[in-house]
Amino acid sequence: MLNLKPNLDDTDGFYAALLGAHEGLSDAESEALNARLILIFANHIGNEGVLKAALEAAKS
Amino acid sequence: MTKIFDTPLYAYQRSDDQDVSPTARHKVIIIGAGPVGLAAAIDLAQLGVPVLVLDDNDRVSFGSRAICFAKRPLEILDRLGCGAPMVEQGVVWDTGRVFVQEDEAYSFNLLLEFGHKNPAFINLQQYTFEEKLVERLRELEAMGAPIELRGKNKVTALADNGDHVRLEVDTPEGSYLLEADWLIACDGANSPTRQMLGHDFKGRVFEDNFLIADVVMQADFPTERWFWFDPPFNRGQSALLHKQPDNVWRIDFQIGQDIDREEELKPANIKRRLHAMLGADAEFELEWTSIYTFQCRRMEKFRYGRTLFAGDAAHQVSPFGARGANSGLQDSDNLAWKLKLVIEGKASEALLDSYSDERVYGAAENILNSTRSTDFITPKSKASRTFRDAVLALARRHEFARPLVNSGRLSVPCTYDGSALNGPDVAQLPADTRPGAPMKDADTGAGWLLDKLGNRFQLLGINIEVPEALELDGITVEGLTLAATDDLKSRYLGDAGAAVYLLRPDQHVAARWLGYGEAAVRDALSQAIGKG
Repeated sequence: MLNLKPNLDDTDGFYAALLGAHEGLSDAESEALNARLILIFANHIGNEGVLKAALEAAKS
Repeated sequence: MTKIFDTPLYAYQRSDDQDVSPTARHKVIIIGAGPVGLAAAIDLAQLGVPVLVLDDNDRVSFGSRAICFAKRPLEILDRLGCGAPMVEQGVVWDTGRVFVQEDEAYSFNLLLEFGHKNPAFINLQQYTFEEKLVERLRELEAMGAPIELRGKNKVTALADNGDHVRLEVDTPEGSYLLEADWLIACDGANSPTRQMLGHDFKGRVFEDNFLIADVVMQADFPTERWFWFDPPFNRGQSALLHKQPDNVWRIDFQIGQDIDREEELKPANIKRRLHAMLGADAEFELEWTSIYTFQCRRMEKFRYGRTLFAGDAAHQVSPFGARGANSGLQDSDNLAWKLKLVIEGKASEALLDSYSDERVYGAAENILNSTRSTDFITPKSKASRTFRDAVLALARRHEFARPLVNSGRLSVPCTYDGSALNGPDVAQLPADTRPGAPMKDADTGAGWLLDKLGNRFQLLGINIEVPEALELDGITVEGLTLAATDDLKSRYLGDAGAAVYLLRPDQHVAARWLGYGEAAVRDALSQAIGKG
């Protein structure tokens, strides 16, 4: 089941690291970084039902 | 009505020091009678250290300025003998609400546990805060404490001569010289002391402008911190609403980069913004308006020779999080007892380096939090704006995104993890009260715990008898034995049946054990005063 409750160990630290990874990138490079990240996360999750639920949550 | 900030509270008076030869030498001179300089002076005077405060002005802060005071600084003020009048006059609050566009996205409550004397936060205008500190200073003076405040005494030149600092001071009647064994610079973000001594102040400068409008109005908003992202009345920007005493409301609008400052500060334009927010019929009076940008930066060290820097002079943060004045009060709290021991020859100057180490650590933590909040509130790049807006959109529907919303991480006390002053710990005891942490208040069954602590080293035995007094290296450690109440058990014992805590004069934990042993206490005390 897709977890939509808070689950990050260090919320602000993760967010800062995420923005840090984008620092100095062009818009196209940022988009490409995001795409790679999503694919990595998706592979880690693996479960098809969870991934579908995540797609729905993001779209709605 | 004449406002308090228009009234001279410490008018210039000629001092004997202006007519003596050789130059008068003082133990401690503090530059700046703002919240931090006054707190440091009161702290030192209470500890019996003679102190002279010089201020280039003769009255309290102009305008409300710092308004949010957190629980830990209120505890420090209690120790300084002036916490209660602040809390009595302040607006007590613990709830914050965050709005995105028209809707509330989420709310948070800062009061995480009961059993504390002081509230999570009070709002009080900086001028009232300073006025109460001046009152306390006068009270100490009347009781014969060695404390003096000189108005219209502007320091114009400084030299560190190795064993003292020499100051040139300008007054309405001309200039004179002073010498100080120790100098504490509490002269604000633009610190002339820092500039005269040529020390750096490095960090990030942010370009967004914010407009503060403190207005007097009758309004029935609750006493909560309200923060808006992209509200209808300030599209694409943020806004903040916060209540102060006497029907004064702090309203803070983000107004973007590249603004026409003079135009924005015209009362007609400020009123237009306020009417958009509060309604066309809203009635209010402007009390104080100001446009600011901010920096997140600090000095590399807070001690240079005979000069110690505290408050905004040493470190500066954005206002989101109330980490400015609140951290400045933690500076003076950390410094006063150390300076006393060094002046009395009971500790070496190395103890003052621990002031720098511990408070640089605190400042770095504040700057980190403040920078993150600022990056969220004012995104600097397309990618950071995209993520910010995604968080805000998700936060309205999904709980997980709410902790990511960052409208300011509000000031929490600093735990000096890794400090050279920290002695032994016991892993079995609760982590929140580990060495380096400030003591957590608790109901002892016979008054509040923090009312019994501070201003001297103490040994606290919970469910275990400790000696009433120990004399170690000329320092008295006072014993306090308490039976565990529910609060004491959950905050200090955890699963253990008993514990002994060695406490610093600033109410921070120095060391703790499961049992009492004099040799262990002696070693920990020695470490806590910088003898390592």
